[in-house]
Amino acid sequence: MPSDAATAPHAAVGRATVRVDGPLKVSGAARYTSDFHFPGMLYAVPVGATIASGTIAAIDTRAAEAMPGVRKVYTRHNIGKFYRVPTSSKALINERRPPLDDDAVHYYGQYIALVVADTFEHATAAARKVKASYSAVTNPNVSTSLAPAMGDASGKLPANEPRQPDSERGDPDAAFASASVQVDHTYNTPFETHSSIELHASVATFDGVRFTLYETTQAVMNSRQLIAQMLGVPTEDVRIVTEFLGTGFGGKGSVWPHSLLAAAAARDLRQPVKLVLTREETFECVGHRPHTQQRIRLGATSDGKLVSLRHDFIYSRARLTEYRENCGESSSFMYSTPNLRITSAFAGRDTGVATTMRGPGAVPGMYALESAMDELAVALKMDPVELRLKNEPAIDESKNIPFSSRHLKECLTTGAEKFGWSRRKPEIGSMRDGDVILGWGVAACTWMAARIPAQASVMFNADGSVRVASATQDIGTGTYTVLAQMVSQLTGVTVDRVKVVIGDTTLPPGPFSGGSMATASLVPAVAQAAREAIGRLLAAAAEGDSHFDKASVAQLDFHQGRVHRKGQQPNEGRSFEDVLAAARLGHVEGHGKSAGTRDEEHPAYSTHSFGAHFVEVAWQPEIARLRVNRAVTVIDAGRIINPLMGRNQIEGAVTMGIGMALFEETNYDARNGMPVNSNLADYIMATHADTPPMDVIFLDYPDTHLNEMGARGIGEIGLAGIAAAITNAVYHATGVRVRDLPVHIEDLLIAA
Amino acid sequence: METFTFSRAADPAEAIMAGAAASTAQQGAEVRFVAGGTTLIDLMKLDVETPKRVVDINRLPLAKVERAPDGGLKIGALVRNSDLAHSADVQRDYPVLSEALLSGASGQLRNMATTGGNLLQRTRCIYFRNTDTPCNKREPGSGCSAIEGFNRNLAVLGTSEQCIASNPSDMNVALTALEATIVIQGVQGERRVPIGEFFLLPGDTPNRETVMQPGDLITHVLLPPPHPGARSHYLKLRDRASYEFALASAAVVLASEGGAIRHARVALGGVGTRPWRSPEAEAALLSKPATRATFAAASEAAVRGAKPYSQNGFKIELAKRCLTSALATATA
Repeated sequence: MPSDAATAPHAAVGRATVRVDGPLKVSGAARYTSDFHFPGMLYAVPVGATIASGTIAAIDTRAAEAMPGVRKVYTRHNIGKFYRVPTSSKALINERRPPLDDDAVHYYGQYIALVVADTFEHATAAARKVKASYSAVTNPNVSTSLAPAMGDASGKLPANEPRQPDSERGDPDAAFASASVQVDHTYNTPFETHSSIELHASVATFDGVRFTLYETTQAVMNSRQLIAQMLGVPTEDVRIVTEFLGTGFGGKGSVWPHSLLAAAAARDLRQPVKLVLTREETFECVGHRPHTQQRIRLGATSDGKLVSLRHDFIYSRARLTEYRENCGESSSFMYSTPNLRITSAFAGRDTGVATTMRGPGAVPGMYALESAMDELAVALKMDPVELRLKNEPAIDESKNIPFSSRHLKECLTTGAEKFGWSRRKPEIGSMRDGDVILGWGVAACTWMAARIPAQASVMFNADGSVRVASATQDIGTGTYTVLAQMVSQLTGVTVDRVKVVIGDTTLPPGPFSGGSMATASLVPAVAQAAREAIGRLLAAAAEGDSHFDKASVAQLDFHQGRVHRKGQQPNEGRSFEDVLAAARLGHVEGHGKSAGTRDEEHPAYSTHSFGAHFVEVAWQPEIARLRVNRAVTVIDAGRIINPLMGRNQIEGAVTMGIGMALFEETNYDARNGMPVNSNLADYIMATHADTPPMDVIFLDYPDTHLNEMGARGIGEIGLAGIAAAITNAVYHATGVRVRDLPVHIEDLLIAA
Repeated sequence: METFTFSRAADPAEAIMAGAAASTAQQGAEVRFVAGGTTLIDLMKLDVETPKRVVDINRLPLAKVERAPDGGLKIGALVRNSDLAHSADVQRDYPVLSEALLSGASGQLRNMATTGGNLLQRTRCIYFRNTDTPCNKREPGSGCSAIEGFNRNLAVLGTSEQCIASNPSDMNVALTALEATIVIQGVQGERRVPIGEFFLLPGDTPNRETVMQPGDLITHVLLPPPHPGARSHYLKLRDRASYEFALASAAVVLASEGGAIRHARVALGGVGTRPWRSPEAEAALLSKPATRATFAAASEAAVRGAKPYSQNGFKIELAKRCLTSALATATA
């Protein structure tokens, strides 16, 4: 077996490889969901509720039905049957209520009807003619003040969730009370909307028995399972296809109601139905990052050793979901402290349901924790890098197990050196570049690493190609390319000869793209599949290829795509396509199947990625202009399979973090519960012009406890901590400590 | 989007005749001219604009930037924002206009948007754009959702109890400081409207935004000859660095002589219900030395009487800083 592949000169893993799907994307040949067209295609446009809480009294569809091109207008009375998902199901679904289930309205924009017409324009025009009246309308609660105030009278637990702490050790109350330095602040992060460039879409076809749904999903297998369940058909009768995604940021992990509407219309009309949400609808109906309010209490000795850490958080929760934003996920192991408690609660809100958004839990959580660490450093008059180095734990103190691979200290020291941190003057507003005041901030970051179950197949083809297949999908992060690199690494066949087939539930069940787990999960399955395929290739050579006359399988080896005798060079052997030709085989195939690590009850290691962000902001008080000038990010995420795409992920996350820190917030109108800034002009995100020079460094320590290639995941880690690094820099420049994201110009006008 | 008929005007007279059939040229117009389409098509998709007839005026011969006989500039209504911003005449003699244009929208939008269309750009008030909410500008008498709602980017100057919508244009602010004249062809022939009289205050009729009448076609914008020795500047402040409407902006044209300001034109953007000329600021500048103290006094004068709403009070302070800085830059 090619155990030396990693060190071979042709090693594909670790090489900066351009995206194998790049030409398809830049030429427009890549087919995204809404690109699929079929003969007889009809277009569906949903009608959303214009209240956030109440009951539908009546829906008048007559005017809409009389509009040109309209085929049918659906309400709950004629959409056909949907079934519920049992609460025992662990599948990814944040809104379990089937669409049009009853007359109750739980949030603004909730679908109450569906118009299907011969064109998108006709359907849109008719949808506006559907008139609903409501009863029992109540004022929606969309408040961003997540009262009741944190904690009960004793301060031990939030009032509305009387249950066990999420994590606890020692006596954090006594330790905090007697700590010589204390920090106690509450941080807010706003509702945020994913705002992927590709709108959610569903193209549904039904042949009388089977559904084929072209979906914008980060989880084809999950979609198949849930949609089959909700349509009440066998899983085998649903096929999900997602060839390309214009990203998802977690917003396309769950199954959303519009997919069911499209399928039901196709089921009823027996014609293909295309449903593409509007940008406004994506703010209403397909999830968001919930609002969070987090109180952090840190107690430390006068020389900066943490003695107590408490993290009590509340998150907004819509009526229709159990989605939990676990802000405290990282706080239990990030720093060494003998006394700690993390508690959580939620506050009910009349909004669409929340869902995972890039770095769910840890991203808002690390904003709060890393802001508090900066405030502690200020209180201690200690350098914030030094404070973090001083509180580095030897093990995961929340579980009392070692870290599989943790290099946070090196992230901090390497970043500090690259950034020039030693030149930092701690006094507020003390660093200048001409008339511009500079602020320097730092924050650490972390994100989980785990594997989920995965299957894959690898096939050597007689045409000289190698095919790797798995029912996973590429959300734009580079799964196509990473799979090609893995197979190249395992077989020695160059990347350009590897055909990657994903995004289709007819393939071996693959992992969802979420939690930064897809790559790590695929490694063992693909490795096993490749080895099995190589084994079969060697058997074919031994049996069917006279070139290896009388050789046994044990005497053969495989390198650089060539079968050869052990002890000989690959070029003395035969290419695999020649072997297949000699054996008169079209292909040989291997399968791989690997279990997940995420639900291990007693893991031997605590497995996480780590990193550090260093940020410089430029502050011009005379015009209240704040910009991010530069960022240095050091990431410890195991072996980086592709440094080009890896850097791309971190740069994208830092850019998104600039948006999180300075711009992004979804505003709900308290009068009707409507997300008001539901377009890309009013929902402010970072543009290219806001993107500073970024220096991304990977430490590249393989984490072989997770998989043989040592790869963890890099999709989310870069967004953790970055908002805190920016607000810490803002404080350094302006003296204004912003504890409610995003930083607004109006917050800074008081600075000068 | 509602169904509409579409035709292409061969000459201005045909467009004017088509437009004259409408009962209004303001909100609710049954006939609309389309040029770049960057505002109109957007609003038609939202059902905010529901014309029965759309007349394409792109082929009219109004796409030239020419020197006027008086030494000023004659800008065709169909000159694209990108072309106007990069016109050598504009860059040399009216840099404030070039800067304002380039600070607006995005490269793609500027390549489509025209001079006449930009003059008629509609507010970005989110309630105006959402037909599910009351809005006096869109539907007179229905109420204003913004006064008690999200008004962070709306006006603090020139507001009324009916409407606080801000004029979002950058170009209009520069044209106001440059004292442009709008040339309009209508059923009664041509008339020339100073830009200061072109835009209306909302008052009790926020649905009426300009002096445009049915059939009126903007054909040109005239700029007076550049003031001798004048320097100009446009400064736009916003949350992010690009592709966002102004929270506050300032266009200034200044000339000094003998240590004192002899010519001052000041207009503010993002804070007014129309592009906001400030004679008060100009008076505070005239005959004064070009110092920070003078600029600060002029900025105070510019926002005197400004009325803050629940979320946009910060714009008053921001506008002052914006104007002070723009004046300092123009005289540096």
